[in-house]
Amino acid sequence: MRNRLLAYTLASAVLLAAIWFGVSIGTVNVPLRVLWDPGANETAANILWNIRLPRVVLAGLVGGSLAMAGAAFQGLLKNPLADPYTLGVSSGASVGAVATLFFGIGLFGSYTLPIFSMAGAMAVLLLVIGFSRAVDRSLKMETIILTGVIFGSFLGSLLSLMIALTGEELRQIIGWLLGSVSMRGWKYIWMVLPFMFIGGFMLWLCRRELNAMLFGEERAHHLGVDVRKRKWMILGGGSILTGSAVAVSGTIGFVGLVVPHMTRILFGNDHRHLLSLSFMNGASLLILCDLVARTIISPTELPVGVITSFIGAPVFAFIFYRQRRKGAVRHA
Amino acid sequence: MLKVSGLTGGYDIGNPVVRSVSFEVEAGTMLGILGPNGSGKSTLLKMLSGLLPAASGTVEVGGRNIGDYSRKAFARQVAVLPQLQADTFSHTVYETVSLGRYPHQSGLFSSWTGADERAVESAMDRMGISKYRNTQIEFMSGGERQRAFVAQALAQEAPLLLLDEPTNHLDIAHQQQLLDTVRQQATENGLTVVSVFHDINLASLYCDRLLLLDEGEVAAIGTPGEVIDERKISDVYKARVKKGMHPEIPKPQITLLPGEEPSVREKSVIRKGDFSVSGKYVHLDSRYPLKAVSSAVFQAGSGWFRHFINRHVDAGYRSDDAGAEMRSWLQRNGFPLSQSVAMMTAAMTEDAVIREYGPKEAPIVVCVTAGVGNAVDASAGADRGVHAGTINTWIIVNGHLTEEALIQGMVTATEAKAKAMQTEQVLDPLTGTIATGTSTDSLLIAATQTGDRHPYGGTVTTLGKAIGRGVFECTAEAVRRYRDRKKVFEGEEEE
Repeated sequence: MRNRLLAYTLASAVLLAAIWFGVSIGTVNVPLRVLWDPGANETAANILWNIRLPRVVLAGLVGGSLAMAGAAFQGLLKNPLADPYTLGVSSGASVGAVATLFFGIGLFGSYTLPIFSMAGAMAVLLLVIGFSRAVDRSLKMETIILTGVIFGSFLGSLLSLMIALTGEELRQIIGWLLGSVSMRGWKYIWMVLPFMFIGGFMLWLCRRELNAMLFGEERAHHLGVDVRKRKWMILGGGSILTGSAVAVSGTIGFVGLVVPHMTRILFGNDHRHLLSLSFMNGASLLILCDLVARTIISPTELPVGVITSFIGAPVFAFIFYRQRRKGAVRHA
Repeated sequence: MLKVSGLTGGYDIGNPVVRSVSFEVEAGTMLGILGPNGSGKSTLLKMLSGLLPAASGTVEVGGRNIGDYSRKAFARQVAVLPQLQADTFSHTVYETVSLGRYPHQSGLFSSWTGADERAVESAMDRMGISKYRNTQIEFMSGGERQRAFVAQALAQEAPLLLLDEPTNHLDIAHQQQLLDTVRQQATENGLTVVSVFHDINLASLYCDRLLLLDEGEVAAIGTPGEVIDERKISDVYKARVKKGMHPEIPKPQITLLPGEEPSVREKSVIRKGDFSVSGKYVHLDSRYPLKAVSSAVFQAGSGWFRHFINRHVDAGYRSDDAGAEMRSWLQRNGFPLSQSVAMMTAAMTEDAVIREYGPKEAPIVVCVTAGVGNAVDASAGADRGVHAGTINTWIIVNGHLTEEALIQGMVTATEAKAKAMQTEQVLDPLTGTIATGTSTDSLLIAATQTGDRHPYGGTVTTLGKAIGRGVFECTAEAVRRYRDRKKVFEGEEEE
């Protein structure tokens, strides 16, 4: 109980601090008092409301969504290396999004981009899991990741092809692909917020089932979980979260891997708390990464995906090493 | 509680693994499912737990078809203990056991109630894991982890518990602990248990009834005594087995008989010359263990032994614990304890009579030492002080004896000994009547268990005839030698 309270307190404190740093630090320092006294510094207030805050909120939403989706995928697949990026789901979402731009599809109005993005995410997730299962029924950790990599690189070449054929908007698409939360504005937030809410809610509804599924689908079945239904809900929820995050920010790797992993180490594997804590920590991490991305070689901005991959890839290697060592000891 | 009728099915509907299986399990009893690999044990269990659909037939739990239950409602009726497996992510013991309450939870938000908490605490208590509540499952040993999962199943508070080879990967102490607990839940709390067993003997020990599967069909169902039949088990498992009884409880146990016996053992024959005699002891050193039944001082009862010792002690020998004294004596004299069976006598071991009877190529060797100072007429039943007197008789058979033949051989030997007493006019000093033996006689009958088979050992059989004549002659001769030595000894004293 005390541990749980501490977890939420800590996560909230870090998140608040991250938001504060995110809005106040930059080429123009924004004093906090413009929040309640916009007249004191009109320019600063303008920067705060129209540039910094939407950027921070978007970074928070994207980071939180990816982390929560990662936590859920890991639980469902019993695979500590699963996240939207390593599973190829982000690439699927990217293809969906880029295809929308490329073919100029406008089927669902302003929601077209996120919807296609989510559809791409879901389709790739199903393909990856289906293919892995065909290769190896026990769905070993390495099999899924390898399949994710195969699909990811295939989709990557599709993306390159579409970009090559586009010509004009090249810079914009590449910038978007590398992952960025800059200059999106409130419009984008309103566009993806409902989907993120739905996806997050779907996962949250499955928090107890995810706990049961850590022992495997059969065990979950015996505990009374409707495994088929719940699996679809989790895959669906995770794809919606990933798809909507990718739709607004491009592919941002490893947030869904690093954050749940740290959260598990600190606060345990209980998904009733892991999901929401991962969301909060993911939000904090991406806000801070974005802050670093835009200030480290100011005035040039780095894509935030560069920063997350810079942190994420070593963590991936570390987790892989630890898991294999653990396996080796167990089988000795 | 559980009623299965005409159940057929498997992974592939066209080629069912389980075929028209029917049985019932009463509440509070334990049913064990047995069968060789691939006989459909686990498939049957999966069909009982609703994991695999039935092609035809029905499974009823608590009077309702299992298809009519919702997932959660079914989990409130049936708990399943899985086989142990490694998990990637770990929960604490408390979290693991709490998951057993999943089918009792409902609603959007947590509906954890006092009843849930009590069920979890009680399950952890019963499995003795309360003190590990905050330990991560992955850091626990296999046995402890399995206990946590049993607690999880118990926390489910379902009246029917299904187990799939629950003792896999557990050492015998943990096997016992686990099955004792499950058995106790059945007996005391009316839990109904159905368990797949790999080990026939464990199933026999713990189950009220057994179901033997053979290629997906019921080969036998009934009490362990009915199902564990030498012929049936050999047929179904395609293995050579021998059935015996558990030494302490009335349940049958199966022993595996290995294939070909080494031919050298087949050729080895025990002869008179294998015995060595000295003033300290008579010793038979057999190259291969013999199956023996005896009333010896050390290692009485039945067993397989290589060294047979008849040790001379003084007439004044006294010991509160002759077994322990004999043990240390054997150790001092370099006999391997586990392979030795030993008697003692106050008679002179040099006077041992050792002779061969029966067929030359595979004789029956009889060895007797006698001291008739405390001869007793068993029929008089007179009160007397405890005085050691000994006729020690060994019968070594080069042949294969059944349990029946061993016992009949002992009877025959005893009759022949009594007759020798009569012929030699050995009197019970207390009653003055003819004695039947002495106060602390010992008898040993051992067989190589190779060569000719002797199903019986009574007086009409060749075996019985050889034993009867051999024991009679050797005993009479041993008594004469004892008397001669006594005369010489007394004569020396008179001089």
